[in-house]
Formats: sequence, structure tokens, C-alpha cells
Amino acid sequence: MADILDSVSSVNLGEIHQTLYQCIYKRRPFQPRLTPTSPWNFPHPIVAHAVEGPEAVKRGLPAPGDHTSHLPKVSPPQQGTSRSARANQGSDPLIKDPLPCLRPSLRILNTLVNFLNCGEGKSINPFSQDRYPHVKRGDYTSLDADHLNFFRGLLGEGRVLTKPEDCEAYNVDWIKNVRGYSRCVLKPKTTEEVSGILAFCNERRIAVCPQGGNTGLVGGSVPVFDEVVLSTALMNEIISTNDTSGVLVCQAGCILESLDSHLANHGLMMPLDLGAKGSCHIGGNVSTNAGGLRLLRYGNLQGSVLGLEAVKANGEILDCLSTLKKDNTGYHLKHLFIGSEGTLGIVTKVAIQCPPKPKAVNLAFLGERKYIILTFTSNCVDSFETVLKIVRKAKRELSEILSSCEMMDELTMDVVVSHLKLKSPLPQHPFYMIIETHGSNENHDEEKMNTFLQNIMDEKLVLNGTATSEVSKMKNIWDIRERITEALDRDGYVFKYDISLPIQNFYSLVPAMQERLGTSAKRICGYGHLGDGNLHLNIIVGEFTQDILNKIEPFVYQFTSQLKGSISAEHGIGFRKPKYMHYSKSETSIRLMKELKVLMDPRGILNPYKVLPENK
Amino acid sequence: MARVLVGVKRVIDYAVKVRVKPDKTGVVTEGVKHSMNPFDEIAVEEAVRLKEKKVASEIIAVSCGPPQAQEVIRTALAMGVDKGIHVEVTGPEYETLQPVHVSKILAKIAQEENADIVIVGKQAIDDDCNQTAQMTAAVLNWPQATFASKIEKGDKEITVTREVDGGLETIKCKLPAVISADLRLNEPRYATLPNIMKAKKKPIKKVTPKDLGVDTTPRIQIVSVEDPPTRQAGVILPDVDTLIGKLKEGGHI
Repeated sequence: MADILDSVSSVNLGEIHQTLYQCIYKRRPFQPRLTPTSPWNFPHPIVAHAVEGPEAVKRGLPAPGDHTSHLPKVSPPQQGTSRSARANQGSDPLIKDPLPCLRPSLRILNTLVNFLNCGEGKSINPFSQDRYPHVKRGDYTSLDADHLNFFRGLLGEGRVLTKPEDCEAYNVDWIKNVRGYSRCVLKPKTTEEVSGILAFCNERRIAVCPQGGNTGLVGGSVPVFDEVVLSTALMNEIISTNDTSGVLVCQAGCILESLDSHLANHGLMMPLDLGAKGSCHIGGNVSTNAGGLRLLRYGNLQGSVLGLEAVKANGEILDCLSTLKKDNTGYHLKHLFIGSEGTLGIVTKVAIQCPPKPKAVNLAFLGERKYIILTFTSNCVDSFETVLKIVRKAKRELSEILSSCEMMDELTMDVVVSHLKLKSPLPQHPFYMIIETHGSNENHDEEKMNTFLQNIMDEKLVLNGTATSEVSKMKNIWDIRERITEALDRDGYVFKYDISLPIQNFYSLVPAMQERLGTSAKRICGYGHLGDGNLHLNIIVGEFTQDILNKIEPFVYQFTSQLKGSISAEHGIGFRKPKYMHYSKSETSIRLMKELKVLMDPRGILNPYKVLPENK
Repeated sequence: MARVLVGVKRVIDYAVKVRVKPDKTGVVTEGVKHSMNPFDEIAVEEAVRLKEKKVASEIIAVSCGPPQAQEVIRTALAMGVDKGIHVEVTGPEYETLQPVHVSKILAKIAQEENADIVIVGKQAIDDDCNQTAQMTAAVLNWPQATFASKIEKGDKEITVTREVDGGLETIKCKLPAVISADLRLNEPRYATLPNIMKAKKKPIKKVTPKDLGVDTTPRIQIVSVEDPPTRQAGVILPDVDTLIGKLKEGGHI
């Protein structure tokens, strides 16, 4: 306690006050900027890879009015603190602080109390090696003093973290599913430093776990045992932005949201947007081929990455940093690094094709016709037909301006409303949809949207809905969708599945799972990127048990495989899914992947235990 | 049953970053997303609830401003208001339009429409004036109930709970009266699709201050509009003693 109090003194009171003040005024997510020694830094930062990220770091709209957006975002603190911030924030943007001079200290106390309380009720999660005993540590060299001295010589004292409390944050993923025990975190700033580290580690066979914002959901971004963590957090330089071609070149550690605010000044935007945008790194996004909320419109990240620079396992720097739209010279080597989750090389720089920022944005939030989810009968297929009709109509009538088509079910809405106290725009409905348009002409877009809405109402496809083009209202609606992951986390232990299914079977997995698990699960809900056929199935239980896991897996994968779906739509394979990869990929494909791995990383030092299934 | 008049102002959306014009005469409004002043939204919501409780018979929304002000009237109509009146004020005349003018306009319309209750937001989030309700009451010589967090209507009077320093004050006043809505009065609804569609068919009457016989000659002159000072960089202090020292130095403790 005394230690914590001591370190509080190092937190800038004014800054905390200011940040909280902004939360209150502008409904901004609570993001205290803390000093590196702050006590809030160690528990669970939200660093890393991809998708659907933690709320504390969720997107703001194009971050106008965000006076802090130019500042480096530091890992948000434990839920405890965000909760307190939200309590302070209340539900309104407008409370004026009557006694500003008294507030900072009070708020700090509150925050501190919450911070101290936050551990309550949640036991420290076990190490991955205990929870997954079948995974054995590879034959890698353990770090000794000489190794650390080399790293310190290369990076300097401050960028080599070795204290357990400093490393803890880098050892746990933010949904607390996996936990390693690395005692060395390296924070290079340049490609050359990354190259130096890898060359050294390759020679001595030291395992390396690359980490971005640590927002991944499949345990790909944290060490399993004692791998050295290579964090891209300090590789956050924007190298160039071309207004005409729309090409952005930057280092891998740039935070998605910072890039988006930077691009806003150039009339551009990032081609991807996801809940974790406030902390995920672009390098992590590329390495995991992150999807997100507007993939429907702006396409797979694979298509937007024009070029990249990566460091191979042996330290060799591979320059594929082309900024050309068209370049068919030989093999497209950049694709080896997009979606390979750091197992073939570490992405250090990227060139991204960025679309123009839309001038007009419209949003409709729809409550769907009754959707019976008790059993998997023809009844619900009929109802799902309605949903499909709306999707079809949206794609045809909104066509080139449609930017997002999301859905969530009743139980998902319930979890957000009850845990985060967000207000649902509509009374209870079995099924909700968000339809968003991006365009360049407000009148044109609005007319299209209105015709579309009129049509689906005339055909009685929707029960209820709302539509808006007001920035603040759209933000509130998106909040509901984007903070689902955070709300689920508070509901209990979450089994998460990120499934691609043919659109006609999009929702079928949820009722099937409900039937299979019955009352043994606390909540089984589904939401996701309807327009892309990507369902997020979440099963919440009070406590993790092997028994319930056995009931879920491999059933969920078999079911998906039978419907010719993918067992990982956008989250990747990471640590948690390699043994299920065969449900979506043929033996030949997996064999070729393994051969590529041997070719690129013969000593297997890059992100071991991840992605590829073990040899039997 | 009472006839209710609500004032709705079009302001820059609170989620948008406000930028000061280079010549410091005001803020940039061109190409910036606007929406209804959040406090006025609360006023509209309250009026609609009064109607749902059969206390109000008809609700009229008034907005003063350029043609785009009709957008916020449409929003009010979609929330459940019956008809709109757009008082068109544009260009330099709009830039210097102050609560003193708006209150006269509202007062005039309140009389023309035989309103029993005028509800407006307690202040607009752009100019933060907090004057319109009070001035309107003065012009009409009606009682005023400002910063309302609860409104109950009796026979010939209303009971209003007001948020004051240190607690709540409950007052009664005779009708007709002017009320200003505070933050906790209610939580505004989202307009539903059927109502959004219906709103497109509801009437919006267009008038000018001149039609109403209101003189909009500016009473004040804006000298300068400035950005708030940029935030000072933080410092990291080694220990509590230094922190206390610094706080004392800055006169905080």
C-alpha cells in the first residue's frame, strides 16, 4: 500500500484532473496518461494485436475535440479505474465541475480506491503452462546476465525491462486467458535495433514474442513461457503521408487511433476501424490481418497494405516497403507477413493505402422482427430470412455508400446495458442491426438511406429503429457495439469464438450452442459483422471448468467446419487455436505453412507455440 | 390542457472539436457537424412526455437561425413535437443574435400561439449564456422556473423541482410560465423510424424577426474569440515531499 501511495505522487495531478474532466465534458473514454512508474501501469495494460479491443481504449469518433489525441496513449489501467471514471462521468456530457480546485485529489483517491479494489473477486489467472499442461517449453536458451547486458548495450538501460512488476503487463493478454512469465521486455525504436535483437537471439536460440498493443483475443501476443518480449511500443513514428495517393508510411508501433487522427488533417482515414483502436498497433493489425467494423466497405487489410518492411528471424531486414498501387514483380512476399502473427518475421514499417475521410456519415439502428432462438427449428430460419432480406436490400440500395452492417442479439444488448449502463436506443428486441453509410454528399446519402429505411418499414421487415447523422448520437450507438467485449468480460469467464459462416447460416451456431449447453452456461450470445458473415459467439460461465470446455470444443469447430465456415474469421490462430486449424485448412496447406516456417525461421525462435499445430 | 412552446437551438455537436477562426471573430462553423443543443433536447423530451401524460395538447418547436436550423426542428418533430416555426435569421444578423433578441422572438410567438408553458434548455453549449428563459419570462411578465429537474403539473399551477447549490428547491408557480430544463430532468429518447418518417410531413412555418416585429440590432460587439491556453507539460516528481512542496508553491494547499 505504501508503495502504491508513494508512486502516486509521481502521477501528475493536473493531468489526471484534466483527463477526467474531459471524460465528463466530452464523454471521452478514460485514458489517464501515466508515468512509466505509475502503479496503474503494471496490472493489465492493453497492449497488442488486433481486434475487438478493450473498451478503455475504444475509438472516439474521428477524435475531434480530443486534446489528448496527439499524446502517446499509455496502457489503460485496470477496470477498476475505468469504472471509477465512468462513475464520475455519469451519463452526461455537460456537468460543470463546481469545485475544480478540490477535485483532483478527490478523484485520485477514488481512482486509487478503485484500483485497490479491482483485484477483489477475481483471482490471479494461472500461468499458461499450468492451464495448458500439454504445451511443453521448447529447447530454447534461458536468459542469463550476459544476454541482458547485450540487450542493455544495444538499447540502453531504460528500454530493457527486467523487473517482474514491469514485465507483468506484457505477460498477460487483456482478456486474461493466457499468462507467461517472461522476465525481459525489449523496446526497440528502430528497424536496426530489431534486427540486432533478432540476430543475437537467433544465434543463441532465444525465443522471442513480438508484441504490439496486446489487444489480441487468441493469446498470440503474450509469451507462453519465458520468451523475450519484443514490444513495438516505441516504434511510433509516422514517416510520410501523401495527400494525393493517400499512402501512409509509418513504423509498426503507431497506434491505430493516432494514425486516424493524423490522417484526418489530410482528409484521409485508416481503412480499418476496430474497438481496440485506442491501443492496438498498426504492426499488430497487419501481422494479424485485423478485420473490424468497416471491412465490408474498405476491404481486407491485405488489400490495403501496399508494402512493408520486416525483419527475418536471423536479423536480416527485408525491404518490401513499396508505395505503389500496382507492382507485379515476382512473388508478393509482403503477404508472408500479413496475418502470419509474427511467426515468420517482425513487421517494422508499413505502407497503407488510405481512403478519403467521408464527408457524410449516416447511421441506422434497427430492431428486428421477432426472432425465436429457443430451438433450431424452421421457425428461426424463417425469421433469419428477414434479416437476410435486409442485408440484401442494404447491399443493393445503399450499395457504394454502405460502410458497415453489424448485428447483435438480445442477450448481447442486455450485457452491455446491464454492465456498462449504456442506454439502448430502442426498447427490447430479439435482434438489433447497425447500418452505416459513408459518402461524399450528405443530401445524396440521406436520400438513399431514407428510401432504404422507408422500404424496409413498408415491407414490415423491421419492428423499430432509429436513424441519425448527428455525430454524438452515432458515437453513442457505436459505443454499444464496440464495448460488447468489455461488457462480456465483466459477466464472467468468457469463451470466445470468432467464426466465419456462409451468410445464410450466420446465426445458426448460437441456437445450436444454446441447445447443447442448456443451463450450464450463464449466457450464450452472438453478435458480429453480419455484412462479412463473421459471427462472434460468446459463451459466458461463472468459472472456467475443463468439463464445459470439453462440451464446447471441438463441437463448435466441427459445426463450423460442416457448414464450410472458418474457425477464425479475424482474430487469428494465436496460442489458443492451432490444434483446430485443420477444421478450416487442408493437410496440404498446413504442411506448406510448416515448410515456410522452417525456411523463414529455421531455429523456431519467432513467436513459438503459436499458429502452427504441433507435429504429431 | 396546456399548449407548450419549446425553443431549440442548432449548435456545433458536442463530439466535434471546436476551432477558432484565424481572425478571432468567432469559431469555424462551415462544414462542421451540428446538432440540437443537448439541453434543448431535454426540453423537447419533457414537452413530449407532458403530451404523453395528456397534460399538453400541442407542442410547437421554435428555432432561430439560418436555413439549416430546420434540421433541428425536424429532429424535434421526429421526437414527437407537433409543428415547427423557423425564424429565419442569417449572415451577420445571426452572428450577433443574442438571448435578448431570442427572448423577444419567443415571447411574441408564445403570445401568438397562446402558449401556456414555454420550455427551453437552461443554456446553449456554444455561447453558455443561460439567459433566454429568464429574459423571456421578463418580456412576457410570466413566472419563471429555471434549472428544472422535475416538473409536475397541477390544476392551474406547476410544481418544479430545481437544482440549487447544496440541494433541491421545490417551487410552485402559476401558469402561464417559463421553464428552463436542467440536465437531470430526463433522458431524451432516440427518434423512432416511423416518427422520423412522419416528421417529414409535419408543417414548419417560416417567419422573420421583422414579421414578428422584433428588432435584432446587435447590443454587444464581439471583441475577440480565443482558444483556451494549451496545456502545460507534466512533470514527474521523485517523492511525496517534493509533490507537497510543489503544491504549496502553486498555492494549491
